[in-house]
Amino acid sequence: MMRFKGAQAHRFAESPILQLRLPGWRSRLMAVLILASFGVLIGRAFYLQVLNDAFLQEKGESRYRRDLEISASRGRIADRHGDILAVSTPMKSVWAIPAEARLQPEQSRQLAELLEIEHKELTRKLSSDKSFVFLQRQIPPDVGERIAALKLPGIGQSKEYRRFYPTGEMTAHIVGFTGVDDKGLEGVELAFQGQLLGRPGSRSVIRDRRGQIVEDVGSIRPPQDGRDIRLSLDSKIQYLAFSQLRQAVAEHKAKAGGVVVLDAKTGEILALANWPTYNPNNRDNLTGAQLRNRALTDTFEPGSTLKPFTAALALEKGKFRFDSVIDCAPGRLTIGKATISDAHPHGALTVAQIIQKSSNVGAAKLAATLPAEEMWAMFDAVGFGQAPRLGFPGEVAGRLRPWKSWRPIEQATMSYGHGISVSLMQLVRAYTVFARDGDLIPLSLTRSETPLVQGMQVFSPQTAREVRAMLEMAVQPGGTAPKAQIPGYRVAGKTGTAHKLESGQYTNKYVSSFVGFAPASDPRLIVAVMIDEPGGGRHYGGDVAGPVFASVTASALRTLGIPPDAPLQVANGGNARERL
Amino acid sequence: MLRINLLLLVAALLCALGVVTSQHKARKLFQTLEAEQERARQLDVEFGQLQLELSTWATPPRIEKIAREKLRMRTPEAARMLVATRAPAAGEGRP
Repeated sequence: MMRFKGAQAHRFAESPILQLRLPGWRSRLMAVLILASFGVLIGRAFYLQVLNDAFLQEKGESRYRRDLEISASRGRIADRHGDILAVSTPMKSVWAIPAEARLQPEQSRQLAELLEIEHKELTRKLSSDKSFVFLQRQIPPDVGERIAALKLPGIGQSKEYRRFYPTGEMTAHIVGFTGVDDKGLEGVELAFQGQLLGRPGSRSVIRDRRGQIVEDVGSIRPPQDGRDIRLSLDSKIQYLAFSQLRQAVAEHKAKAGGVVVLDAKTGEILALANWPTYNPNNRDNLTGAQLRNRALTDTFEPGSTLKPFTAALALEKGKFRFDSVIDCAPGRLTIGKATISDAHPHGALTVAQIIQKSSNVGAAKLAATLPAEEMWAMFDAVGFGQAPRLGFPGEVAGRLRPWKSWRPIEQATMSYGHGISVSLMQLVRAYTVFARDGDLIPLSLTRSETPLVQGMQVFSPQTAREVRAMLEMAVQPGGTAPKAQIPGYRVAGKTGTAHKLESGQYTNKYVSSFVGFAPASDPRLIVAVMIDEPGGGRHYGGDVAGPVFASVTASALRTLGIPPDAPLQVANGGNARERL
Repeated sequence: MLRINLLLLVAALLCALGVVTSQHKARKLFQTLEAEQERARQLDVEFGQLQLELSTWATPPRIEKIAREKLRMRTPEAARMLVATRAPAAGEGRP
């Protein structure tokens, strides 16, 4: 009031309020504050839009955009005719997040029943303190749907592939199997893992509120299914080989056995069977003995099946002819401190008869004329001492010692297949030199589209033909394996009966083998049979392995439609030479 | 001037409606495509399962069992076999 009164002293237009001057810093402060807050806003905008853009964009997209994985299936494995040996089909795996899975007793009982597990087991899994547990892996898709229909909290499913092997134990060793995560663990599944494995693709999509895909955004990476593998195997021949082997092992109470059937023209493996075997669809309680692919991973001393190689080298070097006579009496030969003996003593034998009657003394006498280096070079050339390079896991090279360390007695025993170890696969491959005209061919596990093979000449065609004639005599009356004859076909082959070597000592256990081919006039099939530790009294290769060879080869020849090359009456011995 | 503006407004509205309907149609079609692709995948899976079933039924052990036991088939003896050669000379028809 006092001030107002005082104002009357001035003119009306000159209001003292208007004249009052604010201190200048106040307006400047305001301006700075306002500018500063703009600065903060701009800074924040910069932070959000530029610095933190990627993170926020992603967060935003994650509300509607989903990256989906498009699964790719593993390639199929088929035999040469396209019959399926291994195929993947989608299955469901059921998992739980135990912290979220609070089930009513009734619900968990239902779930346990569908999963085919014990109710106690399920409760134990659900009460574990892990953040994620698999309840059951690889259940059929229809069961998966029924579980999904229960709408249980904290229980989910994911898609998985399961491998099925319709031919089961019959082809177990060659096909192998995969682990639960689609990784090949054995056999072809492991050897061809790179080709069989598919590459999953991916796509990003926009999903609407109901979870339906509205549109694709971004690029789609298409899935790449694994390549199908076509093996050289013929499942009919495989079955014949497998069932005959199983029967023979049971009949002779043997420990194990193996059969390999090879196409002599192309080097393709038509059958590879081992016993004991396993069911790849149900691999509980597997033992190492069941898993081993003996034909490739086990070596044995082949015994007399190597004699034809010694004879061939002797013929090749011109030291002997088909009918050169060698004195094998009295069935014993002493070299240094050791004595070699024949199972049945023979007198004078021709080279052909040494093979026919399988004389150890004769083979040793042939070898005595050959330098160790040449013998080693020949064994090396037919593939002993080196892995067959099939690309198969675990294939072994066998044992062929360097020739410089050979003592004379060792060279003599090697001439009839002791002191050297080979796998059945190596043995069957080496016999291609006799089944063909002296050349060794590479083997193949897969079907070859171009059946032209490049062989490596080891013996001259003439030598190969002569040895073939000797091998034909071996299965005729007077030979060691008349039981390997096949009505209607000319057959050639050689028996082997070898003492087993255990911790450096020869034991009274045997490995009986037979390697042969048919039809002898134009060999198509090479079949090798090995029976490990035959019991029950008989152990000669001709008695144990010979009949297996005959039945497998006879059925395989019929299956392949190979015309008979001999009259159906069993041919008489001794005239093999005329048919050369 | 007003007329042109109105005309343009109507045109813009029509275009907008067109965009909406075509977008809707596109989504519908996309959904059908998705459904068909899903069906194709399902059929592929089923094909695999059927193939598996086929090869399970056609395993050689099963065929042999049926042939031997149900159909009573057996391998002919050598004496009953006849080999047909391409040019059968007299007396060679039955080796």
